[in-house]
Amino acid sequence: MIRFDRVSKQYKNTNRPALDNIELSVEQGEFVFLVGSSGSGKSSLLRLLQREELPTSGTITVNGVDVGKLANRAVPEFRRTMGIVFQDFRLLPNRSVFDNVAFGMEVIGQSRAEIRERVPEVLDLVGLDGKESRLPSELSGGEQQRVALARAFVNQPRLVLADEPTGNLDPSTSVGIMKLLDRINRTGTTILMATHDVAIVDQMRKRIVQLDSGQIVRDQERGIYGHTGF
Amino acid sequence: MRASFLAREVSGGLRRNLTMTLALVVSVAVSLTLFGTALLMRAQVDRMKGYWYDKIEVSVFLCGPNSMVYTCTGSVTDTQRSAILDELKSLKPTVQHVYYESTSDAYDRFKVQFKGSAILSQVSPEALPESFRVKLDDPKNFDIVAAGIQNMKGVESIQDQRKLLDRFFQILKGLQTFALAVALAMLCVTILLVMNTVRIAAFARRRETSIMRAVGASNASIRLPFIMEAVTAAFLGAALSSTAMVAFKYFVIDLRLAPKWTIIAWVTWEEVLAIVPWLFGVGVVTAVLASGLTLRRYLKG
Repeated sequence: MIRFDRVSKQYKNTNRPALDNIELSVEQGEFVFLVGSSGSGKSSLLRLLQREELPTSGTITVNGVDVGKLANRAVPEFRRTMGIVFQDFRLLPNRSVFDNVAFGMEVIGQSRAEIRERVPEVLDLVGLDGKESRLPSELSGGEQQRVALARAFVNQPRLVLADEPTGNLDPSTSVGIMKLLDRINRTGTTILMATHDVAIVDQMRKRIVQLDSGQIVRDQERGIYGHTGF
Repeated sequence: MRASFLAREVSGGLRRNLTMTLALVVSVAVSLTLFGTALLMRAQVDRMKGYWYDKIEVSVFLCGPNSMVYTCTGSVTDTQRSAILDELKSLKPTVQHVYYESTSDAYDRFKVQFKGSAILSQVSPEALPESFRVKLDDPKNFDIVAAGIQNMKGVESIQDQRKLLDRFFQILKGLQTFALAVALAMLCVTILLVMNTVRIAAFARRRETSIMRAVGASNASIRLPFIMEAVTAAFLGAALSSTAMVAFKYFVIDLRLAPKWTIIAWVTWEEVLAIVPWLFGVGVVTAVLASGLTLRRYLKG
């Protein structure tokens, strides 16, 4: 589903590459933790996957699409195949929970009937039924992230990218979010999650890809955070 | 993207940025009104030209008792007069009609034109020269006529009315150019204002646009709400300036100027209404181009 073939990324005006000769493949339905210290290249890798940036060299394939060869106008279509979750939730503050989730469907032109049918389903899935008309400011951090997850999943993407989704949440709330991600993963959706959260990684026992200075230093099935391989 | 979603985005955006929206509407209205004024003046000048050129004559003044030019030796004689008439008639078809105006005819006309003026009592009938009034097929052919008769005995002077009118039209043309220049300057201001407004709107909504991009909204659908906001403001501005044009035609031209200056052919309703689509066209096209360009720079795809 995802394939990095000798991918490097060097930003302008830097002397060290953010990603250095990355080889990685992820199969459909996998759950992968991307770990590593700040500046190790996790975010760069996620940005390349969304085609926010282009690789300096190498090829990235997502669902058979060569991301580097994607025409600019084909990028929106490409992004619809993935759901994206941010550390800071990125909810629209003046829209209700329902409207925030519906926004993901509205911008890609879904009909009102589809929106009315699908949004309650997803809100039910993330455990927010009954809070449709609340504003984000009236929700807890965990609930806000659930709204963001609902928005990312509402169009049923095959891939969800999550950049530190539990970074702003307390441990017990994080567990709820992880359960939800696991549930989404069990529908066959591939999940790639960048995180610093040792406890979560250790508990989930999923595949771990560890980055250090732009290189993959560990790729382990059912790994734990603490084991660095060195 | 559904239309109702777009409409909500646009009206929300305009209301959130109300002061800038108002500035934009007023600026568009002012620049388009100036532009419309320039167009209106052109229509007015064209109409007057058509009207006046049709009535233009060449006046061939004949020698009077006190003429001091070398073609004159006292008052024009009958022989000289008929020689001049024959020459003018030989210039057909350039010369279409020749009317003779005697000294007393000229005095009668003078009395009508200067009715109630003090100058009337100081002018005696003899002071006004007799003349031939020559109607040409085209006022531009004055030189042909002048060349034929200017050295004939009995001709005191030849006057081309077109020259008098042209001076007047030149003044109008100058005013028209000035209005157009001011309109252009205002249009530049409007373009900058559109760009700035759109930039501020794009910055204020960077969160929305980043989310839109993340969920895979097309560039067009991300930019469309911003462009439509600028277009809506431009549309309101154009509507205001069109109203100003129509109001000017009705209240100023029809109710005030036309009754007083019946001698002038004023612009018609058709000519005024023909300007309105231009105002909307220029306003909307400007808004689309200026906002589109700004968004290319400030909203990367």
